[in-house]
Amino acid sequence: MAKTPQLDVMRSPLGRARGLGSARAGAHHWWMVRLTSLALVPLTLWFLCAMVRMVGATRDDVASWMAGPLPIVLMIALVIATFHHMQAGLQVVIEDYIDTDWLRLGSILLVKGLSLLLALACIVSVLRLGL
Amino acid sequence: MANFTLPSNSRIGLGKDWKAPAGAKRVREFRIYRWSPDDGQNPRTDTYEVDLDTCGPMVLDALIKIKNEIDPTLTFRRSCREGICGSCAMNIDGGNTLACLKPIEEVTGAVRITPLPHMPVVKDLVPDLSQIYAQLRSIDPWLKTDSPAPPDAERLQSREERAELDGLWECILCFCCSTACPSYWWNGDRYLGPAVLLQAYRWIADSRDERTGERLDSLEDPFKLYRCHTIMNCTDTCPKGLNPAKAIGAIKQLIVERQV
Repeated sequence: MAKTPQLDVMRSPLGRARGLGSARAGAHHWWMVRLTSLALVPLTLWFLCAMVRMVGATRDDVASWMAGPLPIVLMIALVIATFHHMQAGLQVVIEDYIDTDWLRLGSILLVKGLSLLLALACIVSVLRLGL
Repeated sequence: MANFTLPSNSRIGLGKDWKAPAGAKRVREFRIYRWSPDDGQNPRTDTYEVDLDTCGPMVLDALIKIKNEIDPTLTFRRSCREGICGSCAMNIDGGNTLACLKPIEEVTGAVRITPLPHMPVVKDLVPDLSQIYAQLRSIDPWLKTDSPAPPDAERLQSREERAELDGLWECILCFCCSTACPSYWWNGDRYLGPAVLLQAYRWIADSRDERTGERLDSLEDPFKLYRCHTIMNCTDTCPKGLNPAKAIGAIKQLIVERQV
């Protein structure tokens, strides 16, 4: 692999294997991916059913539906779970395949930033439509 | 980026053809990866024709026959020839396995043999395992206790506690699984890989060990442990029929369990 740094050549294999030690992190990330995917099963089904039932509806119909307490809460939950799941999953893909440190960190920050902005935009849209 | 193509000095060319002796009836082709650090050449594939009528049934028998009777320069590791030492782990017919446990008859057509994937090659079929041995050492694969052992007896386990180690103690450290794992290919410098994580779990699951929490601490890391994405190549390829993916899943479960 291109990554083997020349500086490390004189280091013992054990020193290299231990590296900087354990980050004592990763469990929360892993657990949240599982929980959000679990939450997304009913939320996505509910969303699809709702959308199918509203085929041909006017903007006002949708707005009055969205104003109900359950739809507006579930819509926001759907947005949060979707974008949280998306950025966490993409982070794993980036960590898997991108080797260069600055590119890895840069891409992760970009994905997280964009996901946050898109999620906020969706939430604002839901609130403007439903409130 | 992860490397998806071989660097130019690793591309494999065509090598020599070694014909079967005249009169051989059951001839099988063995296409074997050859590379030597001494000649500055790219790796090549040599083709050996072996008469199966004068050869034992396993792929290792054919390799030993080739080395003894056809080409003594062919280099590979072997020792026990009965699937307990793990020395002859290599990629046969596209899958990692032990040459001594792989019947030639299970392969249709030419038998393609390459070293364990994605490891540095020492020579021919001999991979450099120093990184993976160091990773094994890094998880402290031995019993760690603070209580002194009983003065006149072993440290005891119930039958149930002992049964927890079944499916773990049988691992012979051939590293077929780790070198079959794409996550280990891409991030092997930081990810411990299925073989080492199975060993880590072997000590976590041991009722006599008193440093379980410490062991979990040192594994809780996005790279050391959580590069496992349950691809299952490890379990699929294990020549001993073990399930490293399940052991890794158990580690992840225990780390969540101590938080909830």
